[in-house]
Amino acid sequence: MKVSEMIEKTGFKTVVPGEDREVNGVYCGDLLSWVMGNGQPEQAWITVQSHLNVIAVAVLREFSCIVLAENAEFPEEVIERAKNEGLTLLYSDLPVYETAVRLFKAGV
Amino acid sequence: MSVIYQKTYNVEKDDYANAGLVSSLIKQSLRTIGVSSAVSRRVAVAVYEAEINMIIHAYGGTITLEISDDGAIRLIASDLGPGIPDIQKALTPGFSTASKKAMELGFGAGMGLPNIKRNADEFHIESSPAGTVLDLKFQERE
Repeated sequence: MKVSEMIEKTGFKTVVPGEDREVNGVYCGDLLSWVMGNGQPEQAWITVQSHLNVIAVAVLREFSCIVLAENAEFPEEVIERAKNEGLTLLYSDLPVYETAVRLFKAGV
Repeated sequence: MSVIYQKTYNVEKDDYANAGLVSSLIKQSLRTIGVSSAVSRRVAVAVYEAEINMIIHAYGGTITLEISDDGAIRLIASDLGPGIPDIQKALTPGFSTASKKAMELGFGAGMGLPNIKRNADEFHIESSPAGTVLDLKFQERE
């Protein structure tokens, strides 16, 4: 499934429309080294961390997109960095678990 | 075997905003010269963790990438101290001495050195109050 289809099915709000990458699976986590060590390319990453380093982690891990859960917000500098990297940023107003469930139900 | 490419990058203490930059540059270099994505990814994870360690724990330092004519990739991460008092503890997954500030940002999972060790094919570490030196080698895995 492509990110665009995932957005359509989940209704998550697009903050930065990046490259329309393939999505294969989901990773949930807020401890960056844990995410770096265990995340896999093409996963959608659900987190509540919104500072600059999440962009670095997502790019290096080759995630498809970041879904920021629990009504958290990305600062402007993070949005700019994501634009430069072509990385899709999404908002979910749901808690992490419900965000993951919605992705599961969407077929990710 | 001789070194055909060498480049050194600086990492500044407390420079959280640029954490991941060196890793990103090194990964791009490796992909440009045709290193496989599997190896590039492992190198990138190791560099990222080394960068974070220098930013959180050290007084800054340098990361040097060396590529030899036989394709071997070597990384040397060398910081300016204050050193790791107990390397065995630091290598234990989950052990962390990160500050509260670092933890709030999602660092300090205690997975830095374990992630580096797992991703490198050769791992060597030396530490004294004058600084810590990580010497890592990477090659294609079957």
